[in-house]
Amino acid sequence: MSIDLSTLAPPRNETIPPFNPGDTVKVHVRVVEGNRERIQAFEGLVIRLRRGPAGDFTVRRIASNRVGVERTFPFNGSRIDKVEVLRRGRVRRARLYYLRGRTGRAARIKEASRTTS
Amino acid sequence: MVGMIGRKLGMMRLYDGAGRARAVTVIELGPNRVTQLRTTERDGYEAVQIGFAGNRKRVNRPERGHLRAAGVEEALTVLQEFPLDGGSYERGQTLTVEAFTPGEFVNVSGVSKGRGFAGGVKRWNFRGGPKTHGQSDRHRAPGSVGAGTTPGKVWKGQKMAGHMGAEAKTIINLLVVLTDPARNLIFVEGSVPGADEGIVTVEPGRRGPLKDYTPPVLHVAAPVVEEILAPVVIEEEEAEEALAAEDAAVDETAEDAGEPGEPAGDAPAADTTEEGEAAQ
Repeated sequence: MSIDLSTLAPPRNETIPPFNPGDTVKVHVRVVEGNRERIQAFEGLVIRLRRGPAGDFTVRRIASNRVGVERTFPFNGSRIDKVEVLRRGRVRRARLYYLRGRTGRAARIKEASRTTS
Repeated sequence: MVGMIGRKLGMMRLYDGAGRARAVTVIELGPNRVTQLRTTERDGYEAVQIGFAGNRKRVNRPERGHLRAAGVEEALTVLQEFPLDGGSYERGQTLTVEAFTPGEFVNVSGVSKGRGFAGGVKRWNFRGGPKTHGQSDRHRAPGSVGAGTTPGKVWKGQKMAGHMGAEAKTIINLLVVLTDPARNLIFVEGSVPGADEGIVTVEPGRRGPLKDYTPPVLHVAAPVVEEILAPVVIEEEEAEEALAAEDAAVDETAEDAGEPGEPAGDAPAADTTEEGEAAQ
């Protein structure tokens, strides 16, 4: 008897609202410092998203000194406290890597006129 | 625990309580039966022979006799001996995944994937030749295999192209991330030799268990065994009505189609689907 491994995979994490590449999100991450645990927010643009049980998404923001910072979060890792979707962006591709070479006005993304999800 | 035999199902990802991902290999481990005991008096050594159902469906008559002698009625097609570890075992005894505890370390053996006749680059990590600068057919060549007049021969053991893979390999000290006794599964961190569906053996590792290990929680609840075993109660009358309705339907189709031969084939098909649903 063989078992379909996909039946062992965790279901979609329902606490995370649906969003797409191009959206601006605020990810509340649980951070452990010594014995304390606190929640830190990471706000930025979703430039990549992989679905499925091993899925994750990458958020890009411009930190101080105009340094680009990208963080990748797994959907099922439980390090995420919650995700807020701040803005829906209209983009024409799934992977927004082209933003890496751009800053300021060149890196803007239009807001989606209709809500897509 | 001397060791157990199982089947590699494949790899997946599990998240522990801290939210960290672990790459795990899922192995269907057992149930195994002790099929024979080797003793110093009779065999000159002490070992436990263990059987697993394996990928073959049938056993031949001598094999069946051997299994019957151990009181095993199932067709165990994979038999393997493990050196006795000082524990006591009985013929016919059943071994399950519960023999292993999450947080322990195990050694997993299997037959690695066969690579066929492989070149030096794949088999021995040779660098191959330059890609450019006028090279032709030297890209994956082995290069020189030895010196000149002295010694005037190629040394034995010179690494060359040849058969690679499909040999017994053991990966030692893999962490048991999780066990699932309801489904006979063990989740071992890291990769394991062989292809999916291959036969592997799991033996206790040398490294001591982790202290304070909390296994991750499997996200899907184990199938409730009672549900599967619970008889599907269908009232007799209902069943008869259903059957009658089905017959009528079949008759209609028979008349409509005007081919008496064809619908006869449809009826058993309908039956099978219904049985399938009932079983679930």
